[in-house]
Amino acid sequence: MSKTQPLVARDPEVESRESGLTINRAFKVFQSSEGKEVKAINDVSLAIRQGEFFILLGPSGCGKTTLLRSIAGLESLDAGEIYLGDQRIDQLPPYDRPVNTVFQSYALFPHLTVAQNVAFGLEMEKKPKAEIAKTVQEMLDLVHLGEFGGRKPHQLSGGQQQRVALARSLAKRPKVLLLDESLSALDFKLRRQMQVELKRIQRETGITFVFVTHDQEEALSMGDHIAVFSKGRPEQVGTPEEIYNEPANRFVADFIGDINFVDAVKSADGEITVEGVPFRVKQDISDLPMDAEVSAAIRPERITLTAPRESALTGTVETLMFMGADVRCEVRLTDGTKLLVRLSPPYDTAVLHEGATVSVEVEAAHMRVVER
Amino acid sequence: MSAADRKTEAREERVDVPAAKTSAWSRWFGSPHAAKPGMLNRLYSLPSIIIGLLFTLGPIGVIIAFSFMSRPDMGGGVVFKFSTDAYEKLLFRHDFFGNRSFDARYLQVFGTSLWQALLTTVICVALAFPIALWMSMKSAKIQQILVLLVTIPFWTNLLVRTYAWMLILNENGPINWALRLLGIGSQQMLYTSFASVIGLIYTFLPFAILPMYSALSGFDFRLVEAAYDLGAHKLTVMRRVIFRAAMPGVMSGIALCFIPAFGSYVQPVLLGGGRVLMVGNLIASQFAEARNWPFGAALSTVILAVTLFGALVASILGSRASRKAGE
Repeated sequence: MSKTQPLVARDPEVESRESGLTINRAFKVFQSSEGKEVKAINDVSLAIRQGEFFILLGPSGCGKTTLLRSIAGLESLDAGEIYLGDQRIDQLPPYDRPVNTVFQSYALFPHLTVAQNVAFGLEMEKKPKAEIAKTVQEMLDLVHLGEFGGRKPHQLSGGQQQRVALARSLAKRPKVLLLDESLSALDFKLRRQMQVELKRIQRETGITFVFVTHDQEEALSMGDHIAVFSKGRPEQVGTPEEIYNEPANRFVADFIGDINFVDAVKSADGEITVEGVPFRVKQDISDLPMDAEVSAAIRPERITLTAPRESALTGTVETLMFMGADVRCEVRLTDGTKLLVRLSPPYDTAVLHEGATVSVEVEAAHMRVVER
Repeated sequence: MSAADRKTEAREERVDVPAAKTSAWSRWFGSPHAAKPGMLNRLYSLPSIIIGLLFTLGPIGVIIAFSFMSRPDMGGGVVFKFSTDAYEKLLFRHDFFGNRSFDARYLQVFGTSLWQALLTTVICVALAFPIALWMSMKSAKIQQILVLLVTIPFWTNLLVRTYAWMLILNENGPINWALRLLGIGSQQMLYTSFASVIGLIYTFLPFAILPMYSALSGFDFRLVEAAYDLGAHKLTVMRRVIFRAAMPGVMSGIALCFIPAFGSYVQPVLLGGGRVLMVGNLIASQFAEARNWPFGAALSTVILAVTLFGALVASILGSRASRKAGE
């Protein structure tokens, strides 16, 4: 990050990245209770653009929350740097960082009212009283709690407390807002509402959101970019479409949505063979050796079942479940692999019924080659 | 406001309705016929209520009654004749010729007691807050052990523990031995008001620690992180978040130290050597040597009144503080 004057007009893409949040080779090791060293953050480098909704996704214990807390300053890195634009922030105490956190537990001050909670951060900045009152009201209106300023947190429902926590953090106008599993305590329907709400607030305020979640559906529906974490490292960073359609490896493929893994062998350049049937894949597999044993990852909705024909994968329909919007089938291939197939009704009952032998059609372009 | 919010609100209102209809009487005592199946009739609790009242209000009633009676011509006890002499004696004295003049001696005793009790309370609370905070941050298992350690003094008799302090503070005790070694020379510590206050602090410190610890043990330390995150520095976090959470404990700690310290007896006599007259000693001497039971009872009643007044002020201040916080 040099501070020299640029000689040419900057690329807006680069511009927004440089005023965003950059994490450079971060490490953090914890001592587990058995005395083992756990690498909570293991060589993480991420570039988060300004004004985007960025998601840290991963199973519990993958280090995503530790990374978030490191950005907030509640955890210190063992090595590595965190930059906000040109400013290095990883050595600042939490109260001097222009980032704010919405905690999983909400962490509202129980002895203060909703309005006082929202005002707390502004009082720390020693803003004039009138300005604080105005901002507090704006923020409460933004989260649709304009009438609730005089209540105590315990008088509110979980969803309302969540929104107060959001308003309290947003009131400080942070450059980056960090959200730690913020919706996981809410019930399903409220969660859906809040997802839409969060997205709206993020767009309206233009603040960079970094959102930690273990819920892949939530990640796909909200994120501009997603980093899928496993064991302290990002396995893949990309848009929701990229993550879903082009998973970088077996972990990402397995973690995001439903997927089938079928044993395959590289039979030619750009071609894999599943049970003797060749498929020309879109993916570049030139660095794999010939006859490499791999897996083909196939999404259930990318499979179609037709009447049996030659030179296609064949299988037997084991179960057939009507789910409303779609039909879920379990098909057993000749080699014993079980496939999950999702079809949209209507379907031909003459071809498709339990026990029927069918031909399994997969478009090669929708197959991903991952390690076995 | 979303539909879900409205639903919760409606539910809250519905809960309020039956509560508003019940009278104070039925809320306190309930109707004996309203007992649920499997529940004992409420009258069964009457014996324990009566015993409880006798044990709490009974002695106080006797003391207040005695304070308005007269002393017999000879010896202790009281005669059942209404008199306010005891209260008059508190402020005035009669000389040999029967002239009444203002007498500040007893007020001074109250003043000394008040001062020692205040000093004890302030020091106890100041020492107890960091201890309670430290305890509450330990793991659950260590917290149990620490609570046990704090209560160790309760295992032995207060008198025995005070004698131990006499051994520590006396002329040939370990402190003076150390002072002599350091070349400072031995100091008169035992039988001073300093020793008396030391004894009081020692006695009442656990009573300040325990309520503060119990207020802080349920404290959610994530609130501290939230405060840091919102830009609060260490002292602000301490003052506005942690101390605020400990406030109910601080209040009961103050009450539990101040009230008994004000009327304390053992420490001023044994450690203060009776040189500093405190209300507790004065009362004891009125019932024993002086044989003036009504005056002793009157002194006790005044202590009771002062304490009640203090508690009243504390609760008003407390509720005003919480109202202020709730604005």
